[in-house]
This record gives sequence, structure tokens and C-alpha cells, in this order.
Amino acid sequence: MTTSLLLQPCCAKCTHSPGQPCPDLISCLTTGPICHTDKDCSQLRARRLAEVRRGGDGAVLFVGAGTCGRANGALRIMDKTRAFLAAHDLPVTMVEVGCVGYCQREVFMDLQPAAGPRLSYCDLSPENADEFLDTVFVKGELKNRFLYGRYPETSTTGTAGTAVAGTSTAGAAPVGRTVAEGSAAEAPAGFEDVPLVADTPFFARQTRVVLDNCGLVDPASLDAALAAGGFAAAASALTTMTPQEVCNAVMASGLRGRGGAGFPTGQKWKVALDVPAGQKYLICNADEGDPGAFMDRAVLEGDPFRVIEGMLIAAYAIGATKGYVYCRAEYPLAIARLQDAIMQCRKAGLLGANILGSLTDFDITIKQGAGAFVCGEETAILASIEGGRGMPRPRPPYPAVAGLHGKPTVLNNVETLANVPGILRNGPEWFKELGIGDAAGTKVFALSGRVRNTGLVEVPVGIPLREVVYTIGGGAPEGHQIKAVQLGGPSGGCIPDALLDVPADYGRLQELGAMMGSGGMVVMDERTCMVDVAKYFMEFIRNESCGKCTPCREGTTRMHEILLALTERPVGDEMRRLERFRGLLHLEELAETIKDTSLCGLGQSAANPVLSTLRFFRDEYEAHIMEDRCPAGVCQGLRTYQVDNASCIGCMACKKNCPSGAIVGERKNAHYIVVDKCLGCGACMDACPKHSISLVA
Amino acid sequence: MEASHVETLLAERADHSRDQLIPLLQEIQAREGYLSQAAMTELAAALETPVASVYGVATFYNQFRFAPLGTHVIELCRGTACHVRQSLALQQHLQRKLKLRPDGNSADKRFTVLNVACLGACSIAPVVKLNGEFYGHLTVEKLDSLLDDLEGAAAGGGTAAAEEGSAA
Repeated sequence: MTTSLLLQPCCAKCTHSPGQPCPDLISCLTTGPICHTDKDCSQLRARRLAEVRRGGDGAVLFVGAGTCGRANGALRIMDKTRAFLAAHDLPVTMVEVGCVGYCQREVFMDLQPAAGPRLSYCDLSPENADEFLDTVFVKGELKNRFLYGRYPETSTTGTAGTAVAGTSTAGAAPVGRTVAEGSAAEAPAGFEDVPLVADTPFFARQTRVVLDNCGLVDPASLDAALAAGGFAAAASALTTMTPQEVCNAVMASGLRGRGGAGFPTGQKWKVALDVPAGQKYLICNADEGDPGAFMDRAVLEGDPFRVIEGMLIAAYAIGATKGYVYCRAEYPLAIARLQDAIMQCRKAGLLGANILGSLTDFDITIKQGAGAFVCGEETAILASIEGGRGMPRPRPPYPAVAGLHGKPTVLNNVETLANVPGILRNGPEWFKELGIGDAAGTKVFALSGRVRNTGLVEVPVGIPLREVVYTIGGGAPEGHQIKAVQLGGPSGGCIPDALLDVPADYGRLQELGAMMGSGGMVVMDERTCMVDVAKYFMEFIRNESCGKCTPCREGTTRMHEILLALTERPVGDEMRRLERFRGLLHLEELAETIKDTSLCGLGQSAANPVLSTLRFFRDEYEAHIMEDRCPAGVCQGLRTYQVDNASCIGCMACKKNCPSGAIVGERKNAHYIVVDKCLGCGACMDACPKHSISLVA
Repeated sequence: MEASHVETLLAERADHSRDQLIPLLQEIQAREGYLSQAAMTELAAALETPVASVYGVATFYNQFRFAPLGTHVIELCRGTACHVRQSLALQQHLQRKLKLRPDGNSADKRFTVLNVACLGACSIAPVVKLNGEFYGHLTVEKLDSLLDDLEGAAAGGGTAAAEEGSAA
């Protein structure tokens, strides 16, 4: 853990310490000192603030090392950079940051030269890291093939930025022979032709509120969070507003739960506030079990302090003194970052007893989920935190009335809480205006699948989906065509390309049988089979159903069986074919029953992927049933292979490798595949030394 | 041996309430690699809960395993984005190449393959986590070369383990 520069007293008159909570702590740190007027002190504070804002004095390298960056070799790049800097004796600070969101072009590395704008470089890898470092620090070419864009100078360097750089570089002699100073003279000019990062196609249509700091600000430093305006909203809420006023502000903003159900957040808080109880709880739901969504991970990795600030405000609004973050064990980096952030906040007196002298007590404990999709449901989380099997219970009573250990408990998603500080800082009206039409605020979507630019995008709620997929996402990869977009994971549905002009807001998506969900957006092109997608989700739900209520437990198993039959070749008589057709009718009936009678949201929405694919891609189902054909060629059970008699040498490799004994033939004679026995696994094709076996189109 | 892990763990933590069951199970698994019958029985006694309810909780969650892991652990993501990007092919490839048994362990006990949904790195699908490190944009060929690197490191002798740690 780094020691805080900002929290150090400026002189003997400064009395801030966690032991003496002060309502003015945050404003004093960022604009102070407040209690005395020494010019030296205010200059010292401004200098410290400017230094923290830049990431350090002199030249700074920011490396995007979230989980996705690390998968692309960010840590190895950092090792290489460290060695390079040591070998060349360069006084450059290296800061690890979270993911900026443009995962497709990772690894990102930003250079803040001693003077001039912060520059962003992308497409780095351990293989080309040395070339990059050499180009920048030895050749001094800041404009090179890796350059992605620049950031506006004021936002990162601050007003006093150049002054700090000037004083420090003067002291560091070796910088003279490097670009760190060489560019310092030229940097301010000559970069106008480099596009601003915010103007590049991927970022231009985004409105970044929740992701504002991600990838830019050091997530392991409370100082950096404070310098970026963190905890100002919490301070003003705790010291100048009543809990009722905070609830009203959030209610007026129109913020709705970003985890899936979309319940108005302020209303939930109000219910919990109005229940008299000695103990109340706040739970941050970071059990992002929805496959295809990873915004909670990115926010926790890239800006944990924003979530903590949101939790602090929420706790104050409802009167909770104890908070939990229920985070998936699959996110070790997010848990580590959050744990570190909580420790720093405790040390600074932003968590604990009598926070900022407001008589508010609040502390946060991390609970690691153990891997159960149903634990995204709020009553299931409660059961899991209490140490039991994560099974939902009927509501009411709602957790806001009787939740954890029977006490009023508010559960909010990570993204919901991360939106709260912004609302209080800029006002409910500002938040409302962010959305398009009636919708309020922004939503983070995790763009993945068959799309050119994958990553995290934050857009106004109500933006047409087409804009997200085509303008920001760049459309399908070369030579392919987008078929559908899957929204909302296993609870959501697929929206066909033709209907992508629908605005992404809660109501309109529901009309199309999809839902906002947690924001997973998986793009599919013609290489994706929609029946296979439905089968995939049904298998997922079948595995994850907790088993408490019959419709979900049995119904999803039956639905999966039917889908399995559709994707396998009917063997034998016409009856089998007829049964498959009847299966399709049962599928719709079952889906409606499960929807109507399941206990929790998981079951009630379980059939959505099937219903929506049936609605928009019925022709694909029909091709599977009537023609035993998978139009996308995905369903293995319907694939047919053939042996080219002319080139087959009769080596029997295919026969030996076939798991179902579907290949017949004698040694040194051509072999044949018995179609009815074939599973379509393709093992024979892999085994054939002469490449005589091919897939029948 | 196994019992001592649970004993030391319980001695380290003062709080033996029912709330602590899942964190304790997680810690036991972190130390032993899996949950043995002996460990669960001992934990149940310490928490004053029936063994059946400890077992019930443990089997409910995907994280807990009841058999020892192989030397190398491959977590294969089967999330939506990975599925759309052909992670099934990777799964079937591993199945064949490593001759996996139904519990996910290879016949020679060197590998364990766990199917996970989802690892949360959808933007670089398909993804696997190999011995704790993420690898993205995979193809069957890339996966093979990752596994070959492991073989190479193992064949390298004494220093191999150290290399593996830093290279990964």
C-alpha cells in the first residue's frame, strides 16, 4: 500500500488525522487549507495535487494492466519496461492502471512526458515492447506506429503540472539525454494533429461517467482518486444532507438498478430508510455471474474508490452501518484491488467510525462468492452470506424490509453504486439529461463476440443499439454479416440485425423479448447458429438452477433435452422426426409455464433465450427439424462427413479414432462413413493423414 | 496431514459462526487443493453443524472440488462470448488430447480441465486460465503451443518450475 501524499499535513497548523474526523477533510485536501491561510501551504497543496494528478513528477508511464491487459501480456511488458528503464537509467515512473475499455487494441500504455499532453499508445505486446521503448526513449519519436491519441492537457496535468515537471526535471540530470526532456521543449506544440482519444471512433459516441477514471487513474491510490474528485460527493452528502434528501436526490435522478431488474434505486433506499431497525445492511452485488458481462470486474479493477464512495453514500442514505461486497472468486484482481482500497479508506478515516465527523459509522467486508449463477438474485445472496446454499426465497418480504439476518438490507449492483457519486456531485438533473429521451443516465455494455472492436463501452441509456454495434463496435469482422445481438445473458434474448435501431432502454428492449440485463452484449454473425445459442443458454440455466422449485429444475432440463434432440440427426423411422416436431410445440408451452410459475427471476426469465430465438429465427429451427440441416454449420450432430475414395489409402486411422464406430472399410481399401452412426465430432478428419475426409456443405 | 490444516485454520480464526462456513471451506480448499471428506467432517464438528449440511453447501457451489487437482490446472471459459468464438472446439480438443476423465482430470493426473462460465474476459474470447494466468484470442494451435511450453518447462529439469512461474 502506498503512503498518502495528500493526507500528510502541510504544516504544524494542519490537524487532520483519522483520530480527529473533520467535515472539511476532502475540500481541505483538494482546495485547502481551509482553517489557515498561509500562502506556502496552499501552494504546497496545489503542487501535491498536481503531482498526484499526473501520476508522479517527471515522465510517467501508465500501463493498462486489468485482467484483459494481463492476458495480453501487460505484466511481461512491465517487466521489460522496468529492465529497459534501469538499463538506460531513466527516471520514469510506472503506474499500473485498469482497463480503458478498448480491449481489442490492448495492451495500452500511456506516456505522460515531462511536459506536454498525455499520449496513448496501443497494440503493445511483450514482443514489440522493446521496439516501442526504443522508439520513444532512445530515438525520441513520440509519434510512432503505436500512437493511438492524446488526452487534453488540462485534465491530466493540471494547471501546476508544468511547474512541477520543470522543477523536478531540473534536478534529474540524466533526463537531458532522453526524450523525457528532449520532448519537453517541443511537446506543447506539434501534437495538434494527433487526435484526442475522446474523438476517436471507439470513444467519440461514448459518455463516460462510471468508467471516467478507468484506465486513466491509478486504482491502487486513494490520492489519485481524491485528486480526480473522489469522495467530494460523499463528504457533502454526509455533512450537509439528511438521509431523506439523499434518497430524494437519487429518486429524482431516475437511476434504476444496473444489475438487471432495473428497479428504481432511490425507491429501494427509501423503503429501507423508513423501516425502523437497530441494524441495517448494505450489500454491493458484484457476483457478475452472467456470462458475457464483465463491467463490474472492470470497474472494481479500474476504480474501486468510486464504488466505495457510492456505498458510503448509500449506507448513509438508508442508515446502514455494515456493508458487504459479494464478489465472485473468479475475479482475484478485483478482490485484491478492492481490499487494498478499503484498507486505505479506513486509514484515511473514510471508513470506520464517525466518518468525516458526521457521526456516521460504516465499514465494508468482502464476501467471496463460491460460484453460483443464482447468487445474483438478491435473496439468494443473503442465504449465501449467511453461510447456506444460495437458494432464493419468496418475496415479499423484500430484503429492504427483512433481509440479511432478518434486518433491512439494500442490495445494489456495482455499476448502480458507481453512478451515485456523480449524481450527488452534479445533481439529479444532470444525470437525467445524460440519457436519451425519457431514459436517465448511462449504461456500460460489454461488447464481445463477432464484432471488430470488443471492449467496454459506456453510452447514454436510450441510444440505438445499431450505433453501439456498428459505430462503436465497428460492425462484423471483414467479410461477415451481423445476424443478431444477444443482450442480457441467460435471462435476455437475441435481437436480429434488422431491429437494431431499437433504443437501448429498459422498456423497449423488453418489448422485443430481450432485456437490458447487466449489460452483456454478444454480437453474432452468420457463423453462429441460433438454435445452438438457445441450447447453450438452456444448458447453462439447467446447470445453474438451484433446484428449489420444480418448474425451473425440471422444466429447464426438459427444454434442454428437446433442444438437444433438435441439434442431433434423427436416427431411424419417421416417428422420431415427428417427435422432434412435437418437441418444438412443447418447447413453447414449457417456456410459458416456467415463466409463469418459477419462484425467482432466474427461473422466470430462463426461457427468454429460447422464446426470442423462436420468435425471430424460426426458420433456423425449421431447417434443423425439417431438413436435418444447420444453416450455420455449427451443430455437430447434424454435420455429415465424406471420405474421398480416390485419395483414401485405407490406413484405418479414421476407423481407429471414431468414437462411435461409424466408419467401415478394410485395410488398404477406401473407407466409408455410416451417416446414421456418425456423431459429427470430426475426429476422423483430424486423424486422416491424407486429408481425404471433408465436411459435406 | 489433512486434519492439521483444518485445525490450524480454526485456531487462526476466532469467529466460528455459521456465517463463516463458506469462507472456511474456501480457505481449506486454498490450502489443500480440494475438500476431503475428513476436512468437511472436522469442520462440521467445529461449527456444530451436521456434516450433511456442510456437504450440502459445498456441493451447491461450483467452486468446490472433491478430488485432488492435477499438476496443471486449465480453466476453460465457456461463457457466451467464448461459445460464439468456438470455445467448444477447444474443449473437445483438450478432451481428446489429454484423455480427460469425467471429473476433468487427465488419465496421467498431470492436467485438470475445469469448465467455467464465465471468466469475465469476454473481450478477448476465447479465453483459458492456465495455472492462474489468463490467455486470450486462443485457437487450437495456440493452446497446443501453450501446453507444449509447459511440457518443455517440465522436461527442462530443476529450474523449470521457477521459469514457469516467471514466464507465465
